[in-house]
Amino acid sequence: MNNRVGIIGIGCTGFKPVSPDVSYRELIFEAAQKAYTEAGLHPKEIDSFISATEDFIEGYSIADEYVPDQLGAVMKSVHTVTADFLQALGVGYMMVKTGQFKTIAIEGHSKVSNIETLDEVMAFALDPIYIRPLKENADFIAGLEMRRFLERTGNTEEQCASVVVKNRKNALNNPYAGYGAIFNESDVLNSEPISLPLKQLDKAQTSDGAVVCVIAEESTAKSLCKNPVWIDGIMWYSDNANVWSRCMSEANYIKLAAKKAYEMAGIKNPVKDTQFAEVCDEYSFKELQHLEALGIARRGEAGFLTANGFTALDGVYPVNPSGGSLGVGHTFEASGGMKVFEAVMQLRGEAGKRQVKNARRGIVQIYRGVPTSTGAVAVLSNE
Amino acid sequence: MGMRKVAIVGAGITKFVRRAQETGPELAYQASKMALDSCGLKLKDIEMITLGTAPDAFDGVHMKGEYLLGGAGGNKKPYIRNFVGGGTGVFAPIHGWMHVASGMCDLCMVVCEEKMSSCHPHPQGAFLTIFDHTTEQPIKPTLIWIFALEMKRYMETYGLKPEDVARVAVKNKKNALDHPSAQVAEELTVEDIVNSEVLADPVHRLDISPASDGAAAVILASEHVAKRLTDKPVWIEGVGWNLDTAYWATKDLYYPRYVEKAARMAYDMAGIKEPHKEIQVAEPYDPFDYKELHHMEGLLLCERGEAARLTAEGYTARDGNLPICPSGGALGVGNPIAATGLMKVIEIFLQLRGEAGKRQVPGNPRVGLAQAWGDLMQVGTVIVLKR
Repeated sequence: MNNRVGIIGIGCTGFKPVSPDVSYRELIFEAAQKAYTEAGLHPKEIDSFISATEDFIEGYSIADEYVPDQLGAVMKSVHTVTADFLQALGVGYMMVKTGQFKTIAIEGHSKVSNIETLDEVMAFALDPIYIRPLKENADFIAGLEMRRFLERTGNTEEQCASVVVKNRKNALNNPYAGYGAIFNESDVLNSEPISLPLKQLDKAQTSDGAVVCVIAEESTAKSLCKNPVWIDGIMWYSDNANVWSRCMSEANYIKLAAKKAYEMAGIKNPVKDTQFAEVCDEYSFKELQHLEALGIARRGEAGFLTANGFTALDGVYPVNPSGGSLGVGHTFEASGGMKVFEAVMQLRGEAGKRQVKNARRGIVQIYRGVPTSTGAVAVLSNE
Repeated sequence: MGMRKVAIVGAGITKFVRRAQETGPELAYQASKMALDSCGLKLKDIEMITLGTAPDAFDGVHMKGEYLLGGAGGNKKPYIRNFVGGGTGVFAPIHGWMHVASGMCDLCMVVCEEKMSSCHPHPQGAFLTIFDHTTEQPIKPTLIWIFALEMKRYMETYGLKPEDVARVAVKNKKNALDHPSAQVAEELTVEDIVNSEVLADPVHRLDISPASDGAAAVILASEHVAKRLTDKPVWIEGVGWNLDTAYWATKDLYYPRYVEKAARMAYDMAGIKEPHKEIQVAEPYDPFDYKELHHMEGLLLCERGEAARLTAEGYTARDGNLPICPSGGALGVGNPIAATGLMKVIEIFLQLRGEAGKRQVPGNPRVGLAQAWGDLMQVGTVIVLKR
């Protein structure tokens, strides 16, 4: 039962704000083709497929109908989770661990530029009885949460701004990123308020793109791939479903998920035992909140560390070398895909100008976005 | 490396009704509580949860899985929603099986909820957006319309008359009289069915299951935990699922080849060589009466084209050689989509434990299966249970 699970191929289309030249099916096809080529497998040889989609983001009811064709998975065992790519990876991990499946492909994509009314779609995620009648949107709740987080932990708006500066700068080195830019803290602080203390530049903008990865059990992985990236630990957790009664100052869902994932991977001190992390930064303060929940920073210290370069690409412990969602773009259910792709590139030593030195193990963490309280953590390694 | 065995140890189902007063999370709560109570567990004992529910459009809630989280007991737990359209109800326990068989946990709760009535004026409206945006939506097809095509093709292939198909509805609606959750149980005649209003020829109103609200839940346990919890664990011996192309208009609809592939996957895992002999009770998905026949053939429970004749001969009755849908199925108990599939799994669970009460089939069955179907005539999900 201690058979490891490895990533043996991964394909990514790259991420851009709009993609008028291709349909979402073509995006998936491109990513799938790259992943299968890397893995050296024809999709016919893959045992099972998992996609991560949400109906309302797709604009279809039962969006899982449109998964198999462009993935090469017609008449195969295919299923969907309405969850992040990283959770789908976790399900794939479980499937391999049952001993019934040797190879599995996981797909996540975003064609969010097709959505004309994204704010309204997101408003549909609010509880229809208690919250929706208040006519507030996800950004409003994020603003509340940011205020609570800053107040309880002592992190500051300026430190949140330094997350934006770092991540958008990192993205300049990432050919797959859509929002690389040089800013300084005052640009962020002076950007238009959305729901104070949240400002325009604190929020990740959206991107289109697709990621497909192929995982395999240990002996298959070793026979097919010279440098598999191993999934040492993976877990997802939800906190309280109710916006009105959950803890807003801390990311409990990540505390819980990290504890399990670290246990599986045998990690005692994440900063010593891993070399980098890709964490969810859909809003700037979320990166700080998640760093504290992951145990990478102590409570109240994530902002200080960020502002002082601890998490910079050339810092002690690089966080979001890809540029994160702030730099690459927010891709909804594919967010985990983007982050897993980055981690695989880092662990294979293929990250080019943004390569983290001596990367042997990395943490990937996602959050399902406001108003949810669901997140996931994975530990990946190359040894 | 032996696979970890997984058992169903507890189950709960709410009533299936047309318009529930409860919200979706409340329905999920009711079913979960019943399932936990049935095996003497508390929510704190449950390590992981997987939830099944069909389109978000019914409730008009984006990220419906997150919305149902609290009701399904997911607070502060690893919780995930699985989704294969109409096949979800039987896929959900398969998903739960993955959680336990992988060694990730010893106790997993599987919850399925559906509240179709929130969709006004009729839940069929939610299905208008399942079709391809370029090639199909402009001609405004409905589900009944495309299933009429499939039903016609199936009937024509084997020379069946409306009466041959209607017998399924008569049987299932009557079986449902003994089901405590049933919504549309009734004693009807074949004439009642074929004389009911035509919706899209050859589909009559009474050929179709109703729109329903309801929820169901089961508790899955690993071998050593199951044996501590109950003397009568029911083991998940085989699981299978399969997804065909979304371009349904390109295939011959007379036979559900994806159901056969899903069934073969499950039979292989369960070591079943001759399903028509080895399966002793089955709950194929019956949202339309012809679908039961279609699925019996796809599941290899009879020869192609034989299902209608066997039904007419009483072979599939509750006291027949191979009881099919002894619960009353979607046609009788109701069809809150994901919850229906799990209701079927629960029916097999109860039948194998000998706890189905008035619905109990004779002969102490040891092996049974449940199956669901969905998407654009595209997905088959199959689970084989053994005592």
